Amino acid sequence: MSCERKVWPVPNEVSVSIETANLGGRSLANDPISQFKISEILPLEIGGLNLSFTNSALFMTVTVATTCAFLLLSTGGRGLIPGRMQSLAEMSYEFVANMLRDAAGREGMKFFPLVFSLFMFVLIANLFGMFPYFFTVTSHLIVTFALAMVVILTVIIYGFYKNGMKFLGLFVPDGVPGILVPLVVMIEVISFLSRPISLSVRLFANMLAGHITLKVFAGFVVSLLGLGVVGALPAILAFGMTIAITALEFLVAFLQAYVFAVLTCMYLNDAIHPSH
Amino acid sequence: MEAQAAAYLGAGIACVGMAGAGIGLGHIFGNFLAGALRNPSAADGQFGRLIFGFAVTEALGIFSLLVALLLLFAV
Repeated sequence: MSCERKVWPVPNEVSVSIETANLGGRSLANDPISQFKISEILPLEIGGLNLSFTNSALFMTVTVATTCAFLLLSTGGRGLIPGRMQSLAEMSYEFVANMLRDAAGREGMKFFPLVFSLFMFVLIANLFGMFPYFFTVTSHLIVTFALAMVVILTVIIYGFYKNGMKFLGLFVPDGVPGILVPLVVMIEVISFLSRPISLSVRLFANMLAGHITLKVFAGFVVSLLGLGVVGALPAILAFGMTIAITALEFLVAFLQAYVFAVLTCMYLNDAIHPSH
Repeated sequence: MEAQAAAYLGAGIACVGMAGAGIGLGHIFGNFLAGALRNPSAADGQFGRLIFGFAVTEALGIFSLLVALLLLFAV
């Protein structure tokens, strides 16, 4: 591929919206990718490592602070009859606890803090991303991959710690005819190795694709309005589409956090009960 | 052919992979509904498995979308 291309080339429809939107005077960043740009807030470099405080780090801090504040404040009163906030906190606790109990049994409850933290972090980070001009932490592969590696390394380390070498029995399902064992083991190993990739890419790609779609449809509204009277009706349709996609994105934000937590529970179950 | 044109063509072709994910998701939800309407009392208990199947299937469609997005914006 030639290297002379711009860093983020944009398709034709979108580049039209860039020109029209800039007429408004404010320099909005209008190509669908620039919303994911990481910018340094407090530049800091130690020993050649770039340790700057970025907007990504800022939103991770805000996410954790919001989660802590929500849980501490809402359960601080500890009323016998829970108020609205307290029932919200209790519902999120019960939701994750039931999920973990169903997937990994009673023994799995020792991993409750891990699963609950992951679920709340991903959920709040996804929901924060829905605010306009906010940065979506989970739309970066490195963040979701780090979360996925925490899960997978926990599974591997705890699996070997608890079961010793029997943990490798995970790769040999019961009742497979001897001649098929090498093939099945190979498939199981590949599927195990692809877990961190699919776990992280699923969350990252869903958030990335959703936010790009939102931005592209919002760009249609602006560029169609720029056409004058002819574009008015299509612009209204595109605006309605934007609203519908926003609603869908709220669903996806919750669903992806749920899926991440459920898969974490299922992988932890493999570490606790490795035999098929 | 210019490299950028090839990248755009490739992005279009990569999106064909999402059709497979669509068929797969249709199977999952269709079969879930068929089973749930026969035995509604057992349906709620299978919600976790439904979402698991949905997530695993959807991941493959998302991978092809990712290839398309990489070709459009990153290559």
